[in-house]
Amino acid sequence: MAEVRLSGVGKYYGKHRVYDNLNLTVQDGECFTLLGPSGCGKTVTVRLIAGFEQPTSGDVFIGKTLVSSAAKRIHLPPESRKTGIVFQDYAVWPHKTAFENVVFPLTIQRIQRNEAAARAERALDQVALKGLGNRLPYQLSGGQQQRVALARALVSRPEIMLLDEPLSNLDANLREEMRFEIKELQKNTGVTVFYVTHDQEIALAISNRVAIMDRDGGVRQVGTPDEIYEKPADAFVFKFMGLSNFIPVELRNDRVYAKGTDIGLEEVLIPEAERKRRDFIVGCRPSDIDLSRNGTGTRGVVKRMIFLGSIIDYRIEMAGREIRVQQDTPGALSQNRVFSEGETCCLKFHDLKWFDPGCIEEAML
Amino acid sequence: MSHISLVDVTKRFGSVTAVDRLNLEIEKGECFSFLGPSGCGKTTTLRMVAGFEDLDEGEIVIGDRVFSSSYKKHYLPPEKRDFGMVFQAFAVWPHLNVFENVAFPLKIRGLSKAKIIERTRRALDHTGLLKMERSFSNELSGGQLQRIALARAIAINPVVMLLDEPLSNLDPKLREEMRFEIKDLQKKFGFTIIYVTHDQAEAMALSDRMLVMNFGVVQQVDTPMNIYNNPVNQFVFSFIGLSNFIPAEISDGKVYVEGARDAGPLPVAIPGERTDRSRDKKVTLACRPSEIDLHDREGIFGIVKGKVYLGDITDYRISVGSVEVRVQKNRRRAFWSEGETCRLKFNRVLWYDREKESGSALYP
Amino acid sequence: MTIDIKKWGVAEIVLVLSILILVVVVAIPVFMIFWNSFVVDGHFNLNDVVKVLGQPDTYEALKNSVIIALGVTFFSTVIGVFFAWLVSRTDLPFKEGMKLLFVVPFMLPSFIGALAWKMLLSPRSGLINKLLMNLLGLEESIFNIYGFWGIIAVETMYLFPFVFIQVSGALERMDPTLEESARISGAGLFTITRKITIPLVMPSILAGALLVALYSLAHFGVPAILGTQVGIYNIPTKIYEKIHQSAGSFMAIRTGTVLASILVVSAGVILYVQNLVLKSGRFQIIAGKSVRPMLLKLRGLRVPLLILSLVYIFVTVILPTGTIFLVGMLKTYGVSITPDHMTLKNFKYILFTWKMTKDAIWNSVYLSLSAAFVTMLAGVMISYVVVKMKVKGKWFLEFLGVLPFSVPGTVIALGVILMWSGKFGVNIYNTAWIIFVAYIARYMAFSLKSNSAALEQVHDSLVEAARACGASHWQAMRSIVLPLIRPGMVAAFFLIFLPALRELTTSVLLYGPTTRTIGVAIYTLNEDGETVYAAALSSIALIIIVIGHLVIRRITRSRLEGAQ
Repeated sequence: MAEVRLSGVGKYYGKHRVYDNLNLTVQDGECFTLLGPSGCGKTVTVRLIAGFEQPTSGDVFIGKTLVSSAAKRIHLPPESRKTGIVFQDYAVWPHKTAFENVVFPLTIQRIQRNEAAARAERALDQVALKGLGNRLPYQLSGGQQQRVALARALVSRPEIMLLDEPLSNLDANLREEMRFEIKELQKNTGVTVFYVTHDQEIALAISNRVAIMDRDGGVRQVGTPDEIYEKPADAFVFKFMGLSNFIPVELRNDRVYAKGTDIGLEEVLIPEAERKRRDFIVGCRPSDIDLSRNGTGTRGVVKRMIFLGSIIDYRIEMAGREIRVQQDTPGALSQNRVFSEGETCCLKFHDLKWFDPGCIEEAML
Repeated sequence: MSHISLVDVTKRFGSVTAVDRLNLEIEKGECFSFLGPSGCGKTTTLRMVAGFEDLDEGEIVIGDRVFSSSYKKHYLPPEKRDFGMVFQAFAVWPHLNVFENVAFPLKIRGLSKAKIIERTRRALDHTGLLKMERSFSNELSGGQLQRIALARAIAINPVVMLLDEPLSNLDPKLREEMRFEIKDLQKKFGFTIIYVTHDQAEAMALSDRMLVMNFGVVQQVDTPMNIYNNPVNQFVFSFIGLSNFIPAEISDGKVYVEGARDAGPLPVAIPGERTDRSRDKKVTLACRPSEIDLHDREGIFGIVKGKVYLGDITDYRISVGSVEVRVQKNRRRAFWSEGETCRLKFNRVLWYDREKESGSALYP
Repeated sequence: MTIDIKKWGVAEIVLVLSILILVVVVAIPVFMIFWNSFVVDGHFNLNDVVKVLGQPDTYEALKNSVIIALGVTFFSTVIGVFFAWLVSRTDLPFKEGMKLLFVVPFMLPSFIGALAWKMLLSPRSGLINKLLMNLLGLEESIFNIYGFWGIIAVETMYLFPFVFIQVSGALERMDPTLEESARISGAGLFTITRKITIPLVMPSILAGALLVALYSLAHFGVPAILGTQVGIYNIPTKIYEKIHQSAGSFMAIRTGTVLASILVVSAGVILYVQNLVLKSGRFQIIAGKSVRPMLLKLRGLRVPLLILSLVYIFVTVILPTGTIFLVGMLKTYGVSITPDHMTLKNFKYILFTWKMTKDAIWNSVYLSLSAAFVTMLAGVMISYVVVKMKVKGKWFLEFLGVLPFSVPGTVIALGVILMWSGKFGVNIYNTAWIIFVAYIARYMAFSLKSNSAALEQVHDSLVEAARACGASHWQAMRSIVLPLIRPGMVAAFFLIFLPALRELTTSVLLYGPTTRTIGVAIYTLNEDGETVYAAALSSIALIIIVIGHLVIRRITRSRLEGAQ
């Protein structure tokens, strides 16, 4: 078990810049997720830690060992690093049985045959594949192949486990199950996990800490799932973590108005720290907006109402903008707060996040 | 008089009955969905309406015209049916440009050149493709390809539009957008839509009414809201949304979770006269994770086994005896942690008879 | 244990080695052809080239090549598309069997076919002609296989599978919703075929047609047997004539290389165009899932078309093959085919007694086996560098790798003669070695293609997973890559062994008194008038080829089932 440290790491492919100065520390024994949109550089980071790529600048440490350094011209090849890796496409060898796949790393390490077999069987057991060791990959389902990959990564007792979007090829139900299993495995073995994905739900579900990376390879925020979701550092993070509404507002006479209008956002508390500025962009989650018939709140007209089962999804026109609102169906039904298209309603905002108006492009992207 | 009638429609492939005596009436201007898992027969039914497959038994009537009938030995081939159809893989012809793709059905019908140009441009306008008349499919994105397919289908002003999983190859955001566009087109043109999908959210979002199908048999036909609130059996219940199925028994006028009597009786109303008090009755309670409340004081006892933070929602796994119940709460109201004891109150349950094989609903 | 970043690793060495192999084996011979044509006394000289081209017989040869190629391409395309459509899109019975039978001509050497047709339709002694003359009481024969029409007909019979395979493949894998959406738009079957289906498979049609053209231009056997006798030469036969007539004079070689240069350039152009056609992104029509395409019901035409197909197969496959076997069993040529004129002694003689034929069989077998083996290994190594390694300069290797494709057998033979006849200190002319080297050059392209395809199937992540498990590059190669590409390697081996076994075009320019191949032996037997022995040896060759094909099928099928 070891910590991973990237210090001032930069990576270029010819003239193409992935990132310049990446600094990340994964603590020993934690489950750390690097979250970001496709193409931002997450996979490159995994490959740098694994040793398949070399950094253009900076240092990579695994535990106390300097495994890659551009300046000192040091590079420990992948086979010498004690990492376990699970790829997006599982990379399970089609010509070997599940057992042969899992025992391979032990054979390479020249572990004595009987002990290797025992450990491999145990690993298969840990991932609920007991008894399927003799099957070839084509005889196994996608989820089972993924578990073979997991077992294979774990069996050699690596210092860190690297997972590169391992669940994106599975269907929704299986994904849920597997993310639960990965979390359990991590808890039981205590191995340090570096997980990379674009799916914020998975990141929130399994991580101790999350780092959000933007399209240009810059890290926007690092924190616990709770911190990231409740206290987003900027609009990019807020938008990435879930459905969002962005409303430009201005402060006038201590009240909040939709920018450029006389429509006030009722009962909105302006945080002390923000009173210095005049213009803001507020972010609000669709599920944090309450609709009522005659209450206090800003008036809006329902443009679309879509019944989605457990949620009702609205597009409401308010102050010249389209706001998305989501209601809990049972709650809305029981309180007679289901609105049809064309009806007027009152919107009350909770839990607003206040952002600098400069982030407008990111917000509107 | 309904617009589209399917009467006793049956289709067999070898020894497998893909569609089993399907009866359906669709109103004019309705947006009607066929929903079900893959292999349930929904696409086969659509293809019979389109004419790509002939039915083995039954009749398909639209308006007052018979399109397929096993009784009258009548079968109209697809090219004579005048429908608009959109396929899952778009089926945009790569060797023709956008204009030529959309104009194709008009050309086939021998309209005058001027008319062709006018109608094609109108269809392109409605789907936002006027600027791309001359482009070819290899230059276009998935969303644009799907719009071309739509434009081509509406160019002939069809009375019926058939859509076979048209949005499943698009990314989620685009899918939402395109749903709106399809509905808008329907409002403008007034055609009847038959929409096939395996995505229940999509079916519910789009349809006026829908049917749920499994193994070739229609399970339920109703509005989305009714199907969600009153699914006739366990299959429909579980297909239409996240679900808990809790084995329970009614004993002495009270309901207990099976094997967990000491968790206490459920504070729910037992569907009245149907129960026979003289013996215990085995039932299955079905309820949605979002319709269960976690309480301090009311409800049956349970222990929080797992808590997963998902941002907007927190997902709980709560054990009641040996039964695991899944609860989803908005994060603003998720206070319990792993290991804690809590109490569960069920806001809405549906009762299914465990003793009958089909698990059909018992309604009070 | 940290390692410094090396400047010259194993990767670089392998790259250099690969480049060397391709340069020596392929690039230099081709280069020498051009050098010999265009450079006189160290100066670039076009006059000589023009003079050579201006000579009436060279000019004739060029013209004939084009005419034949055009004719063969046209008919092959028409027949290939027709049968492909018949087999993939109608309810013709026995389709699977048909598909196999239509492809059989691929397996058989076309010059043996030419021989068979000579035996059937030569003006005086042709069996069919004689039969008809007897039946109808004619003085002169109706058919004369010698000449343009004969050459075009026979080449078409053996080359149309190129078009057939491409087009039937495309038709079968085409996304059916492309046609269904046309149907629902109101188009009937005929309109759909015209406006949708044909345009969409046009790239496949063109690809097949271009291949046919390429092969026809570069082909020696059929024009040699059916054209030379009546004075019709194409480029390969002309080159052969010049070289053999003059026993290797300077002028002859000159003419040869000029003609060869033209051949290379036209081949290059054809392949370039074909590449463009196949790559044009517009035509991504392959369906993701496997679906059944729309079938046309033939109804009344079903039986007649079935009969037509069967007759075609009979005429193009069974008749010539049967003739070869039957004639091979005749005691002397010219007698009628009756049991008391037949014997198996010819076969015994060829196989066990006659040194010339025994040597020829042996030569072909060991030359093609060893060439296949070496080419397969070299191909694996070179493909690995091109597909998997990240080294600077591998673009050069890719470029070299594409070359062999465009170099026809005749050109390789000439180039090899120029290079290995003492110029660089090594003289292997008239030995088996020169044929060996020529085969490697000729078939390297196939090995590269097959092995690259197999390697591309082995995703990088499979190797990386092994390395993350602690395996070195070498261990990963051995445990992961090699087992997975073995089927591709085996395929490559047979892809080279079988064509090399039966080829004629290359070895006919390179053989010496003791280094005949089977193809050469058959050809020279025919030239010497020993028709019966030619037929007998051809029969044996056919048997060996068929056995070889059956062996491949068994091996590849068992591998498919195992490592699915």
